[in-house]
Amino acid sequence: MATPLIVSEVAKAFTMHLRDGIRLPVVSNVSFSVRAGECAVLGGPSGAGKSSILKMVYGNYGVDQGQIIVDHHGQLVDLATANPRTVLAVRRDTIGYVSQFLRTVPRVSALDVVAEPLVARGVARDEAHARAAELLGRLNLPERLWSLPPATFSGGEQQRVNIARGFITDHPVLLLDEPTASLDATNREVVISLIEEKKLKGVALLGIFHDADVREAVADRIVDVTEFAAGKIAA
Amino acid sequence: MSTPATDIATYNFAYLDEQTKRMIRRAILKGIAIPGYQVPFASREMPMPYGWGTGGVQVTAAIIGPDDVLKVIDQGADDTTNAVSIRAFFQKVADVAVTTETAKATIIQTRHRIPEHPLTGGQTLVYQVPIPEPLRFLEPRETETRKMHALEEYGLMHVKLYEDIARHGRIATTYAYPVKVEGRYVMDPSPTPKFDNPKMHMSPALQLFGAGREKRIYAVPPFTKVVSLDFEDHPFEIQTFDQPCALCGAEQVYLDEVILDDKGGHMFVCSDTDHCETRQACGHRGHLSPDILETAR
Amino acid sequence: MTDEPLLRVTALSKYYGSRIGCEDISFDLWPGEVLAIVGESGSGKTTLLNCLATRLLPTSGTASYRMRDGQWRDLYRMSEAERRFLMRTDWGFVHQNPADGLRMTVSAGANVGERLMAVGDRHYGNIRSTAVDWLSRVEIGEERIDDEPRAFSGGMRQRLQIARNLVTGPRLVFMDEPTGGLDVSVQARLLDLLRGLVTDLGLAAIVVTHDLAVARLLSQRMMVMKNGHVVEAGLTDRVLDDPRAPYTQLLVSSILQV
Ligand SMILES: Nc1ncnc2c1ncn2[C@@H]1O[C@H](COP(=O)(O)OP(=O)(O)OP(=O)(O)O)[C@@H](O)[C@H]1O
Ligand SMILES: [Mg+2]
Ligand SMILES: [Zn+2]
Repeated sequence: MATPLIVSEVAKAFTMHLRDGIRLPVVSNVSFSVRAGECAVLGGPSGAGKSSILKMVYGNYGVDQGQIIVDHHGQLVDLATANPRTVLAVRRDTIGYVSQFLRTVPRVSALDVVAEPLVARGVARDEAHARAAELLGRLNLPERLWSLPPATFSGGEQQRVNIARGFITDHPVLLLDEPTASLDATNREVVISLIEEKKLKGVALLGIFHDADVREAVADRIVDVTEFAAGKIAA
Repeated sequence: MSTPATDIATYNFAYLDEQTKRMIRRAILKGIAIPGYQVPFASREMPMPYGWGTGGVQVTAAIIGPDDVLKVIDQGADDTTNAVSIRAFFQKVADVAVTTETAKATIIQTRHRIPEHPLTGGQTLVYQVPIPEPLRFLEPRETETRKMHALEEYGLMHVKLYEDIARHGRIATTYAYPVKVEGRYVMDPSPTPKFDNPKMHMSPALQLFGAGREKRIYAVPPFTKVVSLDFEDHPFEIQTFDQPCALCGAEQVYLDEVILDDKGGHMFVCSDTDHCETRQACGHRGHLSPDILETAR
Repeated sequence: MTDEPLLRVTALSKYYGSRIGCEDISFDLWPGEVLAIVGESGSGKTTLLNCLATRLLPTSGTASYRMRDGQWRDLYRMSEAERRFLMRTDWGFVHQNPADGLRMTVSAGANVGERLMAVGDRHYGNIRSTAVDWLSRVEIGEERIDDEPRAFSGGMRQRLQIARNLVTGPRLVFMDEPTGGLDVSVQARLLDLLRGLVTDLGLAAIVVTHDLAVARLLSQRMMVMKNGHVVEAGLTDRVLDDPRAPYTQLLVSSILQV
């Protein structure tokens, strides 16, 4: 399937019940698609709704209107209406996600954090660990940290664990929320080449990159989120 | 009907009134119908304190007839205060024949032993039971233990045996050793030594159990399977003694330790006094028999 | 992965006289899925849990369970014997207070071994080695096997309770505030342990908690209850990150960060 992700006329607003129910429109009429082997980048100023779109695609935010169609094992699934179980299955096999920040779990080592998505898909623990070690090595995370829980890691170290965890699987769709924000130049380069490899493997990538250099290097296409500003009537 | 003019002259045969006896007999019959099942009954006050076997006494009173021959033992002995007074009680209130000979008795009321002489068909063994509920020590709630019996949930009994092995390296329970009756109910055999457990299995005699304070009656009818609980790798075993009875030379019987003096002198003799005396009367001798000592001297 | 749920709950209600315990609750639980039930105290979480675990009889509604042989059974129409058997083989129940779920006067080993003996295991050596194995899985050293839980700390007791429940390889475990009375550091360790066990064993679980961090860490799905009703349900991270019901927003906003 050449276009594994299609976002169609999606709208999202937050209703703040604790503040007299004010309605905070975020985006509306969001429509775009991502083809296999390309990296589409969401562009727009802070607060435009880039992360919100990514989170809706991941099923982490609810969708008020529209459809988010993903090719899951050859079947088209609408994530806007899918039940939790389907969303979990899509996350396990089809959509990967590198969040802005790593959510650490106490007492789980960096190596296990990275290997976990593979283990969840039935890969043997040893093999998963080997792949995790390889990725952490490429991202220059000092080996002495691998067996430690990432809770005490620096922002950049945590981010590299997070990236490795997102890149370890061969999910056909990969969402990236500022994966390079807290990385140095060397590791940014590593991420750029990891993204290139994903593209060559036909993965559809959808990302947010504040760093212009990285954006230039990886983006095949910019999706301008200001176009979807809530309240703005589609031209 | 003429009644002897004694201080208990106003009482019915065997002390209890006929209605009470019928109630107890119904409980006994129910117990026989459901081997090992504890039947509640309306236990009566008896002219002796609880702990003196009022449960057993009520069962005996309900089943005894004028032609019965009664034997009463207390830990194997016919001559303890408890045995003597219960025997005297029935002589007085039922005017029945009494005996100390196991083979001659039709009813044997017992506290904590089964006679060594094999019981036969037609005999009834009545046990005095202090705590009838085998699950009680781990599960204090009566509602729960009743449910466990009803649903045959007996894992707890093995928990107790597990604890024994964990603590002592073997099943250290030596008396009141739990048994399963006819493959169904787990039952407390009363505080008899586990040595006696095998005698309950397929016994030709009727075995009745009465708990006065706890108001329960249960029964093992003749020729019923009675199996002691155990583990495959820690099978049930009875006590063994490395010497025969000092008085009659009996082996494979249950022995009591008797202290002879305050210098630590002691001997092991049959706990079943009738068995020991009968053997001695037949000429059997142990290494401390008075006449052997006599000859030696 | 099976394509049939493990538990099917339909329109379940429980009233205490005229008061609502919980009302009109419906959901499916799938094998290996952890569902958190959150809400303030008195919102009906424990009522619902106890109805599901057949510790309470609901006033109306049904709950069906898919037995190991694949047969669907209506939980409230099973005989008591069947239900109790289910509860000590294919189910577990972890109480907030370990003393409610343990036998405090028998050893740790016997606590773990009890379910095995209840289903007919009669080999002391095997029971004991299984107990050693389970104690180590909940991070209790073999040398404590003959100690009574009375001698254990709160966290150890809770871990023992978990081992005692899991020894028969249940497919569904109910937990009522499993980290309730514990210190924060002890909680973290227990949660991590639970998380590992649940994933390794592919357990389905229904966890009642008022701690959203516990829900976040353990569950994939969540139901938010208020006044006996489910006010919001969905994927745990969706409910926590994009809470939609007023009450859920209140819950999420009243804690620092989960
Ligand atoms: N869970 C939430 N509840 C309420 N409002 C939210 C929530 N998440 C995002 N918002 C609001 O939605 C709007 C869009 O936020 P979003 O994080 O999507 O922006 P962004 O484009 O990713 O910004 P940045 O570039 O700063 O990361 C903002 O006004 C934000 O405050
Ligand atoms: Mg953002
Ligand atoms: Zn003798």
